[in-house]
Amino acid sequence: MTGHVFHPGHQALHGVTVVLETHGGRTYVGRFDSQDERGVHLHDVGVHDAATATTPQQEFLRRCDRFGIPLQHRDLLVPTGEVARVQKLVDAVR
Amino acid sequence: MPYNPALVAPMREEMTRMGARELTTATDVDAALGDQRGTMLLFVNSVCGCAAGNARPALRLALQHGVKPQQILTVFAGQDTEATSRARQYFSEYQPSSPSMALLRDGEVVHFVHRHQIEGRSPQAIAADLTAAFDRHFGAAV
Repeated sequence: MTGHVFHPGHQALHGVTVVLETHGGRTYVGRFDSQDERGVHLHDVGVHDAATATTPQQEFLRRCDRFGIPLQHRDLLVPTGEVARVQKLVDAVR
Repeated sequence: MPYNPALVAPMREEMTRMGARELTTATDVDAALGDQRGTMLLFVNSVCGCAAGNARPALRLALQHGVKPQQILTVFAGQDTEATSRARQYFSEYQPSSPSMALLRDGEVVHFVHRHQIEGRSPQAIAADLTAAFDRHFGAAV
């Protein structure tokens, strides 16, 4: 994570709303807090699960972009082994 | 728990200096948003130094544009909790975030700027998006 630091003194994505995709087909959208050896810590998180969702992932992301993130977890740790990709929400829907 | 009022006073003043009217109670919100006519921007203020710290200057820049909302209102998330909660009932289709901005025309939300559309962007970039929205939604009304 390089480039502009939104919150000085923190990791580059701290405070930024991100899309975290897992290897298992789940997608989390929430505010990035930090990443450490345990995984990625997120706040105010909405979840899309490809196995159970009635809408495609891209539609879920478009709704998050337009209407905001439906809160399902106030705080969440996604274990390192599950993390496939992390990107900003604004980039994911571009 | 709300922050010390003295700490947030400059953030309130930044809004009122650009002409925004503060709504601090649910009664204030109902008086301003109930049966609303014309064009309005409601700014949900925040203590977040990075996101709100760019959103407030962005709005100040955008208000220098020729086309702009007739009224600028503001509530302060985490500070004036009753007013903020009430204001969000007027745009309940949108998930809460702060800072954020709702553009309304005759009581209908016509455009919404979420926190994630503010994060990490310059005031100039945010202002450019705002003025485009002003032109699109308020152009014929002002």
